[in-house]
Order: sequence, then C-alpha cells, then structure tokens
Amino acid sequence: MNLKPAHAGTLESGDILVQISPAVDGEGLTVNLDSSVAFQFGNQIKKVISETLDGLGVRDAVVNATDKGALDCTIRARVTAAAVRATGKDVWKD
Amino acid sequence: MMFVPGNNPGMMADAHIYGPDSIMLDLEDSVTMTEKDTARLLVYNALKTIDYGDTEMVVRINPLNTPYGKKDIEAMVKAGVHVIRMPKTETAEEVVEVEREIEKVEKEIGCVGRTKIMAAIESALGVVNAYAIATASPRMMGIALGAEDYCANLKTQRTPGGDELRLARETIVVAARAAGIDALDTVYSNLNDMETFRQEVEFIHRLGFDGKSIINPRQIEIVNEVFAPSEKAIEKARTIIAAIKEAEKKGSGVIAVNGKMVDRPVVIRAQRVIELAKASGIIKEGEL
Repeated sequence: MNLKPAHAGTLESGDILVQISPAVDGEGLTVNLDSSVAFQFGNQIKKVISETLDGLGVRDAVVNATDKGALDCTIRARVTAAAVRATGKDVWKD
Repeated sequence: MMFVPGNNPGMMADAHIYGPDSIMLDLEDSVTMTEKDTARLLVYNALKTIDYGDTEMVVRINPLNTPYGKKDIEAMVKAGVHVIRMPKTETAEEVVEVEREIEKVEKEIGCVGRTKIMAAIESALGVVNAYAIATASPRMMGIALGAEDYCANLKTQRTPGGDELRLARETIVVAARAAGIDALDTVYSNLNDMETFRQEVEFIHRLGFDGKSIINPRQIEIVNEVFAPSEKAIEKARTIIAAIKEAEKKGSGVIAVNGKMVDRPVVIRAQRVIELAKASGIIKEGEL
C-alpha cells in the first residue's frame, strides 16, 4: 500500500500523537514509542498500534508515537486517522 | 447535558465521572474543519469502548449539507449512540432526511429504531417551525435551544437577563410539550459568573424546561440543585399519590387531600415530582 507521511493526534494529556511514514515493501512495521508509561504499558500500546494497522491492511510502515496516557480506544482512533491520511483512502470500517 | 468536544480524548474519557445525566460529544462547532475525520474516529472508538454506565450518550453531528454529516451518522449509529443531535435545525424535512440516513445504517446492522434524534433550534426559522420539527419523526426525543447562533441570526446578542431569548425559549417549551418530548435549554458560557448561571437555570426551570445544557462539570451541581424537588414537595407528592391509590382501590373518582381537591393535573405534577426525585437520587427506584 502506498503511503505518504501523515500524522494524527496531539500532545495533550490523554492523547497520543501518531506519525506514519512509508517503509520499503516487505520491511514490515517499525513502531518507535515515546511514553511516560512505556515501562508498564509500552508493549500494550505497541500491540494496539500494530493490530490496528494490520486490520487496515498497512503492513510496511514506520510509526513514531508520542503517548500522553491515551486509552486503547484513543490509540486505535489516532492510528486509524493517521492511516487514512497516509493512504489517502477511507480505510475506516466498523 | 454536558457538552464535550469530540477532539479531546482526555475530556471524553473523564466526562461521566462527574455524573451528568447525559453527555453530548461534539463533532460540529468545537472541531476544526481539518480535524473532522479524527474527531469522528475518536468519538466512534470512545463510544465503542468506554463504559459510560447509565449516562445518556448524545453526539452532535455536522449538518447533512456538509461533506461530514452522512459519515458522522454512519459511524455514530454503528457505535451505538443513543441520540443523534442535529445542529441548526430549521425544518421538519431536515429531520426526515437525518432519519432516513439513520435508518439506512440501522438496516445494515440490524437495529432499526434504536437511535433517537434531538434537534437544536438555532435560528428564527427554526423557532417558527419548532412544533413541526418536534413532530417530524417518532425518533424525536427532544428539542434544544442553541442561543449563540440564534442571537446572531436575530441580529442581537446575549444578555445576562436573556430577554432576547424569551420568545424562543417559550416557543421551544410549548412545542416540546405539545409533541410530548423533552425541552433543553442552551448553554451559559461564563464560568466566572455562577450567580447569573444559577438565576438562568432557575428561570428556565420555571418556564418548564426539562434540563440545561452545560459546558463544564462545575455547572452540574447548580442544575441538580435547581431541578431537584424540595423535601416538602416530595412529601406532598407522596401523600397525593398514596391518596389516589387508595381512592382507586375504593373505586372513587375525585378525592381531597388536606381539604383540597386533587384532580388529574395535580396527580400529574405529583408524579413528575417523584420522577425528578428519583432522577436526582433523593429517593430510590421502587420507593414511594
């Protein structure tokens, strides 16, 4: 899937800023996470990011995420929004 | 009804903690054009995930004549929102159009009739058509005044006394009552003037509104205080309802309580007091 650099979210408390950049085909997903709760929830946040992108058909991408204590539902929303913007397609589905 | 911007996940996560009767997540005025897509996704995911308990969940969508309205409806109905709030409603046809869009999505996911509609009236034309709007669909559960846009449309501005809103408020209450749905008043935005806010809540309570729109949890307590019935009123209502039940047992019609005749309007008022006392948590469900 062709991607262009895109982002969604903010650095406000309870939110997460998700930036998506293209990666070489077949390179898979790289998730770089900056979070004050990374020690406790880092793996869970990365898992939500990966699963959301996988569900949207985005397999190869570099994701830089700055988390400010976002809930899983917020992470899913921000990743989806960034993916929609990066792909230029309304990949949202229920 | 507490307004919460649909692009602020922190506020959306915490809103129900303060105990408002209903929460309105906003996709319209509080969201910039460039963030309509992200706000819709945030609200959708919040509704699907966060346990808001008994709180009535409302989403204010963008108008259908924008590129966002239909997508808002699709996402919110799929997320299971209780009420879609239409902004700037001016005609009954607009309600019918929103109903059609809701039904389309509900048919797709198999839950026809689940989603209710509330219309915000924010213009002179909307006020003139208030009853037609209120009765435009069986899904209509309430109409609300949106004062800022209404004042702009009326070429006036809001004042602490609210003279400029009097006709709109009275029209909306009467239309809602005639249609058998709820009437909700507009927001009061000056959080530094709680005294004027209280006066406004007392005023709209006297007019007959069912509730007040608020923009901050600090306003909840005052609204609850004004709308909660007094102990004296609850006691009187209890006596009336007990007397009417006793009269029904005996098969008698008109009764008297403390020397005063109790007829249907008195009973309806007493029932309303008990309902409000339950809603305010003063008396428990099943308790009289």
